[in-house]
Amino acid sequence: MTEAANRPVVDWRSLPADDPVLADHAASWRSAYVHVPFCRRRCPYCDFAVVTPQERPAGSTVGDYVDALLAEIDMEPPWRPLDAVNFGGGTPTTLDAADVERVLAALQERFGLAADAEVSIEANPEDLTAAYAARLAAARVNRISLGVQSFDPAVLAALGRAHSPEQSARAVAACRKAGIASISVDLIFGTAGESVDSWSETVAQALALEPDHLSAYALTIERGTALSRAVAAGAASPDPDVQADMYEALVDQVRATPLVHYEISNFARKGHACRYNLATWAQGEYVAFGLGAHGHRGRRRRRNVRRLDRYLEAIASGQRPEAGADLVGGGAAEKERLMLGLRRRAGVVAGVGGRALAASEAGTRLAAAGVIEHTLGRLVIRRPLLTDEANRAILDLRDRAVRDDTSG
Amino acid sequence: MTDLSRIRNFSIIAHIDHGKSTLADRFLQRTGAVAERDMREQLLDTMDLERERGITIKANAVRLAYAASDGREYILNLIDTPGHVDFSYEVSRSLEACEGALLLVDASQGIEAQTLANAYLAIEEGLEIIPVINKIDLPAADPDRVAAEIVGVLGGAPEDAIRVSAKTGVGVDELLDAIVERLPAPDGSADDPLRALVFDSYYDTYRGVVCYVRIVDGRLSKGERVRFMATEQHADAAEIGILAPAVTPRPNLETGEVGYLITGIKEIDLIRVGDTVTVAANPAPHALAGYREPKPMVFSGLFPTDGDDFERLREALDKLRLNDSSLVYQAETSRALGFGFRCGFLGLLHMEIVRERLEREYDLDLVATAPSVEYRATLTDDSELIVRSPQDLPEAGKLQSVAEPYVKVMIITPSEYVGTVMELVQQRRGDIGEMTYLTPERVELHYRVPLAEIVFDFFDQLKSRTRGYASLDYEPDGYAVSDLVRVEVLLNGMPVDAFSTIVHRDKAYFYGKGMVERLRELIPRQLFDVPVQAAIGGRIISRETIKAKRKDVTAKCYGGDITRKRKLLERQKEGKRRMKMVGQVEVPQEAFISALRIDD
Repeated sequence: MTEAANRPVVDWRSLPADDPVLADHAASWRSAYVHVPFCRRRCPYCDFAVVTPQERPAGSTVGDYVDALLAEIDMEPPWRPLDAVNFGGGTPTTLDAADVERVLAALQERFGLAADAEVSIEANPEDLTAAYAARLAAARVNRISLGVQSFDPAVLAALGRAHSPEQSARAVAACRKAGIASISVDLIFGTAGESVDSWSETVAQALALEPDHLSAYALTIERGTALSRAVAAGAASPDPDVQADMYEALVDQVRATPLVHYEISNFARKGHACRYNLATWAQGEYVAFGLGAHGHRGRRRRRNVRRLDRYLEAIASGQRPEAGADLVGGGAAEKERLMLGLRRRAGVVAGVGGRALAASEAGTRLAAAGVIEHTLGRLVIRRPLLTDEANRAILDLRDRAVRDDTSG
Repeated sequence: MTDLSRIRNFSIIAHIDHGKSTLADRFLQRTGAVAERDMREQLLDTMDLERERGITIKANAVRLAYAASDGREYILNLIDTPGHVDFSYEVSRSLEACEGALLLVDASQGIEAQTLANAYLAIEEGLEIIPVINKIDLPAADPDRVAAEIVGVLGGAPEDAIRVSAKTGVGVDELLDAIVERLPAPDGSADDPLRALVFDSYYDTYRGVVCYVRIVDGRLSKGERVRFMATEQHADAAEIGILAPAVTPRPNLETGEVGYLITGIKEIDLIRVGDTVTVAANPAPHALAGYREPKPMVFSGLFPTDGDDFERLREALDKLRLNDSSLVYQAETSRALGFGFRCGFLGLLHMEIVRERLEREYDLDLVATAPSVEYRATLTDDSELIVRSPQDLPEAGKLQSVAEPYVKVMIITPSEYVGTVMELVQQRRGDIGEMTYLTPERVELHYRVPLAEIVFDFFDQLKSRTRGYASLDYEPDGYAVSDLVRVEVLLNGMPVDAFSTIVHRDKAYFYGKGMVERLRELIPRQLFDVPVQAAIGGRIISRETIKAKRKDVTAKCYGGDITRKRKLLERQKEGKRRMKMVGQVEVPQEAFISALRIDD
């Protein structure tokens, strides 16, 4: 409890989403990630751990999975109360609100939930009826991240999505009516065939719904997905220059709204930045449960198995369903801190790693090209579309050159 | 002392893949020089690289004891010759050590240009030639046609050619008997002062330079003080002996014999192929004729991709040179490429072999500049300047004229490709000379071509235009003044010597435009727009722009899977390892190699 008492008092809701104080403070937050792998079908671009009805092991139910989640939660050593809980997927809205409630109760029981904890859930628009939204709100969900993806029916079809633009609008209304405190609209841009104009229209329609939060991700071709197979077979792949045009259009359009661009792909009104994500980018710790879930606690990054049968078997035999883990310390941890932190508009405390980068040949080139800036003790990304250039330069730094600053 | 009449010294002249090594192996086996169990395919080619490329870089000499069908035992010294156009001087020295040569021709392929060039060389040296048609066991073999072709080239009768299969052993005994019967015995004078021809050498880590010698006159004895007449080096004959093929020390080597000499000299420079060894106390009045300083023909800058490897490159070159005195190099600084070496090679293959050995055996990543020849510039003040690198060519205002080296080229090709070969040679500014039909299907063509046009992918072009059937040989043929200019290639405003070259004015635009377009394709987009320009004397003749990269970011965080993101970036970073910084521009190493391959 002394640990909690030592935490600085920051009223995070009062700070703009891109405030450096908020960005840095998020490192002290503790969160939990809960993976819900079930989807009605697999989207062609998705490479997360997903289980479709056909793939579900015979006789196993969603309820069995939730039981397993609860058992896994009990395998994690107790911790301080959580500041954020995130249900991701898959499609978490395949769960009954009652199941969400059971998981939250287990987390509360095991770790406790801070009074102002963010409880966020990813949702497909077609699932979000007013009644379901109300039940989620009653279960203590206060943030819903809506997988709207696009308002262009052709793009939705190309992405293999089942909902219509109208369903997206209705879902936002349902959330609002249910009293969900933070509503995020999540979009994907740069699908092959999507024009910059169509994308701008999607952004305009999303902004017209006045969401508290907006995420916009450039479509990435991940290995092993249907999309990557299609591209390998000759289908058009996203054009990075078109995606750059779309990104610039997006940033322009959002500038006229109360949303603040606080991370490469994320925008939020004051008080509505995603706490779970802020914690992740601040290299914060999170416990993780469920299929393919990734946790970070005590310098250890661990990952769960991705196959449902193995997951259930492990739990049934009283084992943690872990597929592997890496200890991240020393230079590697410092590089990770920079890479994660650079995603934010607030940048990252430069520290020993940031100074090493600024002094390096690659860092000098990046600064000269206006990609990064080393200013007032912080390292800031100025051309977010080129973040990976900076990331590779960070990884290239000699481990010895970036050690010591954050250890201890 | 061995009776001179019982010695036969001979070489095998053959094209790559025509079965020289297999035949040599068969000789070793047949004469019992190597026990069955020690038999390894292509025993004579010792270096891995040689085995892979199917060529021989360093000659070897093996002594075989053969019981001929006349009931007497003979000593057969098989002197191996290098098998490539770049090493013609070394070939000539190996031939000089022999009285005869086997002209080995593949029964399904026919005679090739280089083989013919070496056969002519052997005839000039006064060697007796035995034509040998190999691979008669192959289904595609046409020994009658090949025999007719040999008669067409060398005269004689079709039945002079001995038909063998080195692979199965058919005809090998008959061939060994023919060597005894048809090749002359050596005819040196045992009573004269020692004259021994150095026809090959190599460096041994423990013993220093080991040289192969042919005793022309007199006798060489262990422990004697000897003198190398061209380099004027004195040394003791610490060990002498023969290779049977195992190293076998002997107290003496007599007139007509072939063996090795170890003196303890460590620098390969001091013992040169073609030099004459004599006894210091009783020297021969004249050295043997035909000695020549090794002379590089092709020059290229070699730069380590990672500047920190400069010293390692120097050490590697020093080591390679221990075994290859024809390799010359000196340190060079390039604004674009940093510290490296300007290296001189006997020819293109020699250059490729050296580069490959440096990369493979010494684990170096190298960037090689466009190969250049040695130009002779006459300046306005009438002084002459040797130019081995485009960078050294003075600006036009200071030049009177520039002369470039020419070569005599011999090409043998199936007659159906004569048109395309002529076209190629004309594109390469060649003058057409004689044309001789060896048979109705095969033509021998002679040209005079600027060497610079040959070193630049001529061989590849010739091969691709003739489906690999044409063969090539060339020899130096003086200098001639040409209208030459330096085309500079600028990357982001900085001249890059790797891509700059000296070319004929008529080809400057073509070269510049091709190079600029190619580089735009080969160099990945950078953080800023990169102009790629070609210029002659400050005048831009071509320009392209590599547009700045706009997006390089993975948007998602993979649901907290930080490790995966890091691994993805690590993989991308590995791909960047082989990048060379040229000023502010990252250039992939492949670009340096690919850009220099210009298609016609």
